[in-house]
Amino acid sequence: MTTAPAQAGWRFRQPSVIPGFGLTLGFSLAYLTLIILIPLSGLVWRSAALGWTDFWAIVADRRTLNALKISFGTAFIAAAVNVVFGTIVAWVLVRYRFPGRRIADAMVDLPFALPTAVAGIALTTLYAPNGWIGQLLMPLGIKVAYTPLGIVVALVFIGLPFVVRTVQPIMEEIDREVEEAAASLGASRFQIITRVLFPGLAPAIITGFALAFARGVGEYGSVIFIAGNLPFKSEIAPLLIVIRLEEYNYEAATAIAAIMLALSFVMLLVVNLAQTWSRKRYG
Amino acid sequence: MADPEIKSYEPLHESLSAAVTESRPVRWVAMGTAFVFLAVFLLLPLIVVFHEALAKGVGSYAEALASPDTRSAIRLTLLVAAISVPLNVIFGISAAWAIAKFEFKGKAFLTTLIDLPFSVSPVISGLVYVLLFGAQGLLGEWLKAHGIVILFAVPGIVLATVFVTFPFVARELIPLMQEQGNGDEEAALSLGANGWQTFRYVTLPNVKWGLLYGVLLCNARAMGEFGAVSVVSGHIRGLTNTMPLHVEILYNEYNAVGAFAVASLLAGLALVTLVLKTLLEMRYGAEIAATRGH
Repeated sequence: MTTAPAQAGWRFRQPSVIPGFGLTLGFSLAYLTLIILIPLSGLVWRSAALGWTDFWAIVADRRTLNALKISFGTAFIAAAVNVVFGTIVAWVLVRYRFPGRRIADAMVDLPFALPTAVAGIALTTLYAPNGWIGQLLMPLGIKVAYTPLGIVVALVFIGLPFVVRTVQPIMEEIDREVEEAAASLGASRFQIITRVLFPGLAPAIITGFALAFARGVGEYGSVIFIAGNLPFKSEIAPLLIVIRLEEYNYEAATAIAAIMLALSFVMLLVVNLAQTWSRKRYG
Repeated sequence: MADPEIKSYEPLHESLSAAVTESRPVRWVAMGTAFVFLAVFLLLPLIVVFHEALAKGVGSYAEALASPDTRSAIRLTLLVAAISVPLNVIFGISAAWAIAKFEFKGKAFLTTLIDLPFSVSPVISGLVYVLLFGAQGLLGEWLKAHGIVILFAVPGIVLATVFVTFPFVARELIPLMQEQGNGDEEAALSLGANGWQTFRYVTLPNVKWGLLYGVLLCNARAMGEFGAVSVVSGHIRGLTNTMPLHVEILYNEYNAVGAFAVASLLAGLALVTLVLKTLLEMRYGAEIAATRGH
């Protein structure tokens, strides 16, 4: 440990014998600026240049509003589904021993590894009216492919690992003695799960929800195949950006992108607050 | 650990173990739910890719893969990954060295900025380059005057890929190098090694498995990226079509065998990635850092 002289005035970095600070930080900052910061600030600059009235006219357009509603709504539902099933999957993987557990565990990462376009055409084929799952749902009157429900299915696929991989390590760390103590004091298994285990898992579950939600809002590749892409019905916001770009309507594309970024940012902020709250409440 | 006194408590422990797990029916329901969910959402999509690719026999599968457009899409995807992955490896190592080995002001902020591309929609990642380099873009006129082509060409595809895969290597290496501390490097330096030798013979061997893990994930994403690349590519057949974009074109032309044949290659890549990832986690789990994630 390097012990810096107490309060030797403000210094940018603490002294160290290790070389290469200037070189590595300089290169990292330059690369970050060129690849990420300049292009992103270009987006902010372009949307600021639009002016408030133009910006508002684009965002308040009925088609834009519907696309945003569909993107955020389906992402919310999919993240909620993943919270329920992802938590069950994580629990089964952590607590139960069964043959093939390692394979099941590895499979959870498939949505990270499988290109989204592949997932998109595979899910569409499965859920199309003549697909393996689609034809089972058809007699029940449930149409998945080419409807908003299809978007939810695609986003459930995309978001699953975010919930499982966030909740799983926290479950692994649970001290079994806490459960034993609760059991020896007469708590039922249900009480232990809801009153003892759940509060400890709540922050991780909220984080998993937020990650799955944020990813779902911006998802494009897997959704466009299964959604049907009908304006006002199953057209997601990222697709509308692409459509506006193809019409050379850079202003509209920029405005929709800016509002999406802003909404996602607000969302993450709310989730951060919720997390702090749940840590305080249960921590 | 193997304290005989603790052993004597085991009967009590045993009697309690029934109370700290779910009853048999609940366990079966939970496992059944998890299995059905994983089978429907993960296994079936994977199976359907190979099923559809081979639906008309091995002959038409091979034929689909042998078409010139498919072959040029494969070549372009390999080229883009071969450029963007090393770039992000160099950045990842450099950023991890600066962040993990030194204490400086604004470090937390810098770490947050590195993760930024993960929270941006792929479409927006492509859009920012169109706004910069497009005909109506900030640099559009200047690029045109100098005859430089970035958009709807390979440089644009590489840039968009670099953007979306930007954090992968850095976010594996930073926590790992932070956990390992500076002791080894300080020892090497005090024994007279120079900076490069310290990195090459001390740091790199310490982080090699974590680095490989990051490269694996970075590569999978680089080869599979769709949204960002789709926005900047212009979809010129045989020229700016990567494999995922080619899948889309074939699929929209109702060439199911062709689309799924190319998709099966990408699915194979995903499976290889998962197997290698799992092997790395099993064998070198401790050396890959505790923070697992995407």
